[in-house]
Amino acid sequence: MLNNLNIMNNEIKFSAEALAIVKQMISRYPDGKQKSALLPVLHLAQAEFDGWLSVPVMDYVASLLSIKPIEVYEVASFYSMYNLKPVGKCTLEVCRTSSCWLMGAEDIVRHIQNRLGIKDGQTSSDGMFTLKTVECLGSCGTAPMLQCGAKYHENLTLEKVDELLDKLATDNKRTTYLDIV
Amino acid sequence: MPTKLLLNNEHIPGINTLQVYRNNGGYASVEKALKQMTPEAIVEEVKISGLRGRGGAGFPTGMKWSFLAKPAGVPRYLVCNADESEPGTFKDRYLMEKIPHLLVEGMITSSYALGCNTAYIYIRGEYFYVSRILENAIAEAYAAGYLGSNILGTGYNLNLYVQVGGGAYICGEETALLESLEGKRGNPRIKPPFPAIAGLYGCPTVVNNVETIAAVVPIVNNGGEAYSKIGIGKSTGTKLISASGHINKPGVYEIELGIPVEEFIYSDSYCGGIRNGKQLKAVVAGGSSVPVLPTELILKTAAGQPRLMSYESLSEGGFQTGTMLGSGGFIVMDEDTSIVKNLYTFTRFYHHESCGQCSPCREGTGWMEKIMHKILDGHGTLKDVDLLWDIQSKIEGKTICPLGEAAAWPVAAAIRHFRHEFEAYVMQPSSIKDVKHYYRLNNIEPIPA
Repeated sequence: MLNNLNIMNNEIKFSAEALAIVKQMISRYPDGKQKSALLPVLHLAQAEFDGWLSVPVMDYVASLLSIKPIEVYEVASFYSMYNLKPVGKCTLEVCRTSSCWLMGAEDIVRHIQNRLGIKDGQTSSDGMFTLKTVECLGSCGTAPMLQCGAKYHENLTLEKVDELLDKLATDNKRTTYLDIV
Repeated sequence: MPTKLLLNNEHIPGINTLQVYRNNGGYASVEKALKQMTPEAIVEEVKISGLRGRGGAGFPTGMKWSFLAKPAGVPRYLVCNADESEPGTFKDRYLMEKIPHLLVEGMITSSYALGCNTAYIYIRGEYFYVSRILENAIAEAYAAGYLGSNILGTGYNLNLYVQVGGGAYICGEETALLESLEGKRGNPRIKPPFPAIAGLYGCPTVVNNVETIAAVVPIVNNGGEAYSKIGIGKSTGTKLISASGHINKPGVYEIELGIPVEEFIYSDSYCGGIRNGKQLKAVVAGGSSVPVLPTELILKTAAGQPRLMSYESLSEGGFQTGTMLGSGGFIVMDEDTSIVKNLYTFTRFYHHESCGQCSPCREGTGWMEKIMHKILDGHGTLKDVDLLWDIQSKIEGKTICPLGEAAAWPVAAAIRHFRHEFEAYVMQPSSIKDVKHYYRLNNIEPIPA
């Protein structure tokens, strides 16, 4: 709650560039159907506001699209890509469904858990990494894999995971689905 | 030389750009369709081709197109289903990433045939980087005059947009996809009315899979007759197969429908055999939803005929001894694989992905996952196996959308063909290297369901 209050004290507003993208997104749909832009606008909001959707951020999105806040909450809580709690700078989404399991996804998850000292769904104490196990990401032929931001890291080995974590920690940047990879 | 219609140019450098794509015959179907053909003639060619929906259901595309209502003054929409989420399936991603203009071209030609002036490609959110590739291709197509107003001077107008989803398997169901495109939760609609009558924004809409739309390009270029001669029987044309699991050469293969399953698994042109010199144990032939089959039934039908990669041959014998072509997600398991554990990942998947509208699916998928967890945890009883069977039989046919069946079928098939494995888990729990045990040994909390 404190977190939300802090955000409320700072004004929540998209940058001019982001607002231009929102306007362009809305133009894709017939007049009066601007709600169709909700999913893409939520992705944009998550990327702009620290990787998660707080209630004030969702209320802001509702006002932008002239819809009720509940229409935003019910959508944000339905889809698995929207975070309703703060997350680390880099979310490691490890696929664990059939083909990835066959090819050793459990070893990847266990390795990340041991290295970072966190469990599934938790964030490392330095706020750098969040571990999230996910269902099939359509990378079955290049299993095991994990997604971090927009990027698919495929044919993983424990060594490759170590290299990736080292690199992400050195870069020290927030990864988002909107990154250009 | 195997027949390829979609991926024949995949290895040409720069094929993702409009110029190289066009230099290799790209956009010919748009020229031909808009300048030489009526929309009705294109629908007729698609009917003649025998093309069936490549997303999994296999419904004849020409027939689906002919159902589209055409009331005067009401816009019609074409929506491409790029919400590829069926475990084991990654062909659409491959196609869009490698040859994005093939999909764009197919969308233009198909939209013209259906009389649509606005079309959307709904792509799963996790494929965000692929959506950028598509958007670049679309921008190139606008600049070259293949999209926008008065396309190629013919007076036909079309706007094409990419929409990203938010991460939900259920949005691959066409009415859930339309709900999502309208900015709502992906809850499937009660049918009828079908999208052909009332789809996006209540207007007549056709929803087609990426591969289906792409196949329209060679059909228009070469004629429906030529397409229908490829393949076998009612399984015409080529199909993209996503091959994964314990094979030497995982990847996406375009096959002529009708090649033997054995050839597909063992030929060096395709999967290249089982890796590490192991024996084949079982195959899930068409994505997680279709029944798993043991070696003897996937290589040969119950009647002893060679099993072929076609809609009819794979389903021969019904669910007692057969399976389905589905989305072409071909998951191969070697002799050391635990069918029980693999099924657990499927039940967890369907529980996670159930939208929650219908009680049999919402509750049933949860129960199935819990029971599977219990069995893997070494606490199962023989009664639990019967209970699993009972639950799956009470989901099928009792839900608004096919996710219920998709969740029930793999459970039924695993018990039908591998009941002895479930019994071994129950009778000798001490021998199990199970989920919880595995994590407990490593001092880690189990992954929450």
